[in-house]
Amino acid sequence: MADAVEVVIGLEVHVELKTESKIFCACSTRFGSPPNTQVCPICLGHPGTLPVLNLKALELAVRAALALNCKVARYTKFDRKNYFYPDLPKGYQISQYDAPLAEHGWLEFRVDGRMRTARIRRVHLEEDAGKLMHDEVTGETLVDFNRCGVPLIEVVTEPDLRSPREARAFMEELRAVLQYAEVSDCRMQEGSLRCDANISLRPRGATDLGTKAEIKNLNSFRALEKALEYEVARQTRALERGERLVLETRGWDEGRQVTVPLRTKEEAHDYRYFPEPDLVPMTLDPEWVEQIRRSLPELPSQRMARFQAEYGLPAYDAGVIVASRRLADFFEECVRHYPHPKTVSNWVMGQVLGYLNSRGLEPEELNFEPERLAELLRMVDEGVISVSVAREVFEEAVSTGKSPRALVEEKGLEQLSDTGALAAVVRQVIEEHPSPVRDYRRGKVKALGFLMGQVMKKTAGKANPQLARRLLEEALATEREETP
Amino acid sequence: MRKMDEGCLTDLSVHQLRVLLERGEVAPRDVHEAYVRRIEEVDDQLNAYITVCPDFPPELENRHGRPVFPVAVKDNIMTRGIRTTCGSRILARFIPPYDATAILRLKERGLYVLGKTNMDEFAMGSSCENSAFGPTRNPWNLDAVPGGSSGGSAAAVAAGEAPWALGSDTGGSVRQPAALCGVVGMKPTYGRVSRFGLVAFASSLDQIGPITRDVWDCWVLMRALCGHDPLDSTSAPGQAPIPPPQSVESLGGVRIGVPREYLGPGVEDAVRDAVLKAVGVLEELGARAEECSLPHTEYGLSAYYIIAPAEASSNLARYDGVRYGHRTCQASSLLDMYELTRQEGFGAEVKRRIMLGTYVLSAGYYDAYYLRAQKVRTLICRDFERAWARYDLLAAPTSPTVAFPLGERTADPLAMYMADVLTIPVNLAGLPALSLPCGFARGLPVGLQLIGRPFDELTLLRVAQAFQQATDYHLYRPVVGGEVDG
Repeated sequence: MADAVEVVIGLEVHVELKTESKIFCACSTRFGSPPNTQVCPICLGHPGTLPVLNLKALELAVRAALALNCKVARYTKFDRKNYFYPDLPKGYQISQYDAPLAEHGWLEFRVDGRMRTARIRRVHLEEDAGKLMHDEVTGETLVDFNRCGVPLIEVVTEPDLRSPREARAFMEELRAVLQYAEVSDCRMQEGSLRCDANISLRPRGATDLGTKAEIKNLNSFRALEKALEYEVARQTRALERGERLVLETRGWDEGRQVTVPLRTKEEAHDYRYFPEPDLVPMTLDPEWVEQIRRSLPELPSQRMARFQAEYGLPAYDAGVIVASRRLADFFEECVRHYPHPKTVSNWVMGQVLGYLNSRGLEPEELNFEPERLAELLRMVDEGVISVSVAREVFEEAVSTGKSPRALVEEKGLEQLSDTGALAAVVRQVIEEHPSPVRDYRRGKVKALGFLMGQVMKKTAGKANPQLARRLLEEALATEREETP
Repeated sequence: MRKMDEGCLTDLSVHQLRVLLERGEVAPRDVHEAYVRRIEEVDDQLNAYITVCPDFPPELENRHGRPVFPVAVKDNIMTRGIRTTCGSRILARFIPPYDATAILRLKERGLYVLGKTNMDEFAMGSSCENSAFGPTRNPWNLDAVPGGSSGGSAAAVAAGEAPWALGSDTGGSVRQPAALCGVVGMKPTYGRVSRFGLVAFASSLDQIGPITRDVWDCWVLMRALCGHDPLDSTSAPGQAPIPPPQSVESLGGVRIGVPREYLGPGVEDAVRDAVLKAVGVLEELGARAEECSLPHTEYGLSAYYIIAPAEASSNLARYDGVRYGHRTCQASSLLDMYELTRQEGFGAEVKRRIMLGTYVLSAGYYDAYYLRAQKVRTLICRDFERAWARYDLLAAPTSPTVAFPLGERTADPLAMYMADVLTIPVNLAGLPALSLPCGFARGLPVGLQLIGRPFDELTLLRVAQAFQQATDYHLYRPVVGGEVDG
């Protein structure tokens, strides 16, 4: 059954643009300020107020469209999308309907080592709404209008994604591209990247689309994948039972890990779109668009190819690092100071990402200079510290902000590389543990590990492991000759 | 009616007052107090004001001899700290936190707000009867309407309750009440005057315009109001400024078209006669006039009553009880709150237009109504463009009738809509037009409408100025109610 069915997914993604001020007024777009402190008569929809387009928002939207390989329109205009909701002060959202900013794009992404492409149907510009806040004690609902009027682009894909995994991989690539293009922070937990998914099933080989469900409230990549997996199972089950699916909007319930019905098509809005008379239609100068295209930085796919070619990284490593512009910048800067790319890549994927993931941080929030990592790795090469000490030093340096070298000195973490001192410890260990020594000499090589452990224990982990091992092996060999 | 009295401060036009102020014969405070007294005398009968500001602004006490004038402002133009109701229950206690750009421009030139004038609710109406604050009456005949929607502003200027006023014109709302009250009213080219702070009715048609006693004052006020405003994307950048007013003796070389569709059936005989006589006066001044045709005129009203309600239905969505204005106290759910707030807050005509507009924008109807109306709008624009090849301006009646009796058309919306049939095409085409008094019929004023090329307000002002220099219709004043004639 599962193989006879094809999953069809399309995404509608909302991305907040990184402007200083809102799209139609001068209010700040800063995230996290006290409620209703970044508002004015214009974004509150006071009588008599009018919108004026923030040109920076237009520029960033064009930038995003170009990074997504779209064709940017010469003529574009705004329309009003009419509906009542308390977070929408004017009773309409200024959006774009039948003449969007850009169309016909595509985005390539990697899933399970294969390259896939999804077409982008359109990219358009619109304003964000406010945020409802429910007071669980009083039962009141309050509105924070700080977010109201923050510029957004809506990116709509064609129904080209074929599995929940693909949908997630696409979103991760989309985020990387938009971060690289410097159009958005794309912080899902702050709501600057939000996504709705349309999903339907059809018999494999069919060209018509099945009855879709639109899934809302997908606040993380994980939620996107989980909700779509749930939907695949739910729709498959329904079809197997011979039920007819209904066109509906469903919401992801994170707590229960299920999607629940929100509304059916009969309850769907008629948005009564019409051209926004308060804003004049725009004719975009192709030369201006070209200038923006020329100013685009290297995008993730290009950078990934370069990381493989220039640094000899495996595709997997390159893919992981390039997914975040900050991480990739960190890697390159570190390699500049410590030219061993694979070692750096191991550290970035292991220690650095491990640290961020364990604390739920984004790479942008990493408070650690790439030069410091280079310094740490050099200390390992120089034999000053062991790799395991280096890992501890890294954790401490990242959380305290101190320099690794200073930490090593301060804590006396330099490894014991003095042959004489270490030889004495080795002799002592051999005397104290005759039984494992005997075992080793009888050919039980594993006993060496125990003896190494004792050396490390006696030196509080500071013994240079290569040196300790050599000395131990030498000592064990010599003494065997002395006592036949 | 009576001739203007030069000894009466509230009879004078602003340029006459200016002379007295500059000579030091009167002080700004005297002018202010004369108007406040006049409002106290007659506004109980007229109801031209919703809010009066009786105190002379102390900061204007000493402006180093620079003249200071009061201005009455239609109650749909935002005035910081002064209640602005739009003639609606839903905004009955709304105090704006900011000034409209038009108000700021007037304040910079020494004007201050004398009061906020009555209007049809949200500017929807042609008689000033659709106000939550009761109807305004026509100073020339208290049983007649003053026209609308800027009926309060026109009545106040006509009755000596304000030296001049601001109105707004979406389908004739400055020109038609100006005509019915015997004063001058101008609708500027769309984009001439900033709409920032004008409560939107139909955004693609609305313009703020002056209502004055004579053309000279209209010219002065137009100069003050016009100009690009970065806060209004539809305000025109780089527009040619209007030069200072001057007297005009001759109209040699001016070509006037008189569209026959504007004189057809439905236009009162006395109105047609007065307008044709006025065209004769313009010819005597040297202009050449001939009949012409604007063939798509008859479709203007229908197109307007699709486009304007469509925009209005969206513009009025913000009055939802969430952030400001009236909120019902009966609601038990969000939907209830929306429905009851709007049911209680809006009057019948506003509801009618919101429903019309919602209908024509609905899925399945958009193409048949809204889109087709926009095409008609294009045809109407082309009619005018063809006329500009042959004429410098067009002359027509402003209103098909003189002021009609109060209550006559309130039960018949279509008859009420016909009151704007001659002014609406101008809004659809975004053109400038001016109405000025050109005679009387049954003791009620008749208005002559002059329609001009885009941004050519100057030609209209010059022709109107020449007309007033040659005639005295603008010098008559109404005798209000029980006032003693003489």
